[in-house]
Amino acid sequence: MKPLVELAQVIRTKNAGPYELTLDIIFKSRRIYEQVKKENSLNAALIARVYGVPEPDILKAIYFDPACAFKATMKRPLPCGDPGERDIYGAQQHAPLLNLLLPWEDEHESDS
Amino acid sequence: MKPLVLLSPTAILGYGFPAASLDRGLSFHPDVIAVDAGSSDPGPYYLGAGQSFVPRRSVKRDLVFLLRAARRLRIPVIIGSAGGSGARPHLEWCREIILEVAREESLSFRMAVVPADVPRELLLEELSNGRVEPLGPAPQLTAEAVNESTYLAAQMGIEPLIEALEGGAEVVLAGRCYDPAVFAALPVRQGYPAGLSLHLGKILECAAIAAVPGSGSDCMIGILEQGRFLVEPAGEGRRATEASVAAHTLYEKSDPYLLPGPGGSIDLQEAVFTQVTDRRVAVEGSRWRPASPYTVKVEGARQIGYRVVSLAGARDPAFIEQLDAVLQGVEERTRDNFSHEEGSYRLLFHVYGRDGVMGPQEPHPAAGHEVGIVMEAIADSQEFAEAVLGFARSTMLHFGFPGRLTTAGNLAFPYSPSDFKVGKAYVFSVHHLLALPDPRQIFPVSFEEVHP
Repeated sequence: MKPLVELAQVIRTKNAGPYELTLDIIFKSRRIYEQVKKENSLNAALIARVYGVPEPDILKAIYFDPACAFKATMKRPLPCGDPGERDIYGAQQHAPLLNLLLPWEDEHESDS
Repeated sequence: MKPLVLLSPTAILGYGFPAASLDRGLSFHPDVIAVDAGSSDPGPYYLGAGQSFVPRRSVKRDLVFLLRAARRLRIPVIIGSAGGSGARPHLEWCREIILEVAREESLSFRMAVVPADVPRELLLEELSNGRVEPLGPAPQLTAEAVNESTYLAAQMGIEPLIEALEGGAEVVLAGRCYDPAVFAALPVRQGYPAGLSLHLGKILECAAIAAVPGSGSDCMIGILEQGRFLVEPAGEGRRATEASVAAHTLYEKSDPYLLPGPGGSIDLQEAVFTQVTDRRVAVEGSRWRPASPYTVKVEGARQIGYRVVSLAGARDPAFIEQLDAVLQGVEERTRDNFSHEEGSYRLLFHVYGRDGVMGPQEPHPAAGHEVGIVMEAIADSQEFAEAVLGFARSTMLHFGFPGRLTTAGNLAFPYSPSDFKVGKAYVFSVHHLLALPDPRQIFPVSFEEVHP
């Protein structure tokens, strides 16, 4: 296992419109990305679990080759700006991803 | 086909740019200066209240530079989503600033103004005809939500902007507008493919955010050529890289391969990003997939009451330990105190230093040695919101709990006055797709000759 923070160069969230939150994980190299993608280590079920939401609330979970990136888009628990909502831009909702460990074998470690 | 050069000065009109970067951008001999002025990201207030989220002075500062440069080079300036939310009051606000700049800088030009307001009756009628769909997870639209919305603005595509350019506009001021459209309008009019033009627009709309190091307040250059486009930051010390440009394609979008907008989607399945110089990236393969019917996004916000907030810190370990019980107690006392009053309210607390940012989704909801508490009341009148918040604030200040040592007060207030009257509170009420038989139907273009 390897911490996601050691494999990624960008871990971010942002609104995609007022009703959706989208998270981007951009990996440090294409080889790291290809390995994560091959093992499908990041997926909708995992994102649902770490955010404590039902899996159908994860609307998209996509690997995007041109940017060596994984993207997931979820339904916001509260729409942007509703009473009780806490992050208008959705820019600070990435914390649950910072402790993730991904399956990783030793022979890939030289890539990071 | 002659290459076409587009200059994007800044991510949002009013976010600024270094004058040196603009000069360097102008040295590329741009054919157009285009700038996006809007976003729904700052939340429902600005659309609902008809206010700009960028200060007037900042917008004027940018417009002085851009209008001066454009008149000197005799190239058009296209501004989309005027005033931030792009409804009638936002558009008029930005138009007045432009007229002021023209007076002060002795500039003359032909200006097209393109409002983006959706007639309420049209939306109600199309709603009952089943021609309005929720966008993503937005709830089904109701006639009540349409009627309660203060303004209804639709995001126009390139078609009304092309009409403005064909009418000889030297400045195009558009209401709510698809961000990439201000960049794509001139290229598409000159025969460049919509897919490449709009994908370039998608990258340019945030200016140098797509560069490394990224910045929302620096200029970016886009060049359309046969079969591809190039992007390069104008500011010294920044580079466009394959990674930075490809990564920007992800930004704020739910699906990076298919970017939907007015009338169709940009399809990036075949897009290829190539580093061509140290600072410049080429992109090819972006395609346009037209949709039928042609739909536009309609946005609206409605008022839910009046908001008052107060900020305080707490440093006492026993108070912090028992904070949830205290907050519950304050809520109960407030409810009891106003139980005989007419009207409704909501009382909300955000505890920073514990779970203020993520609430129930916070993976580590442990408080530190101090916490910040934001108290918030939303009520159906300003007077009631003030009363509720004032009561909750003073109750929390003196609330008793087991083991209390600090009997003079539980809270540290950084300000006097302690309570901030925010005014009207809004929520988004419309975020829906409306089918239009003609992409220009609700975006009438009018022209005016501007003189100093």
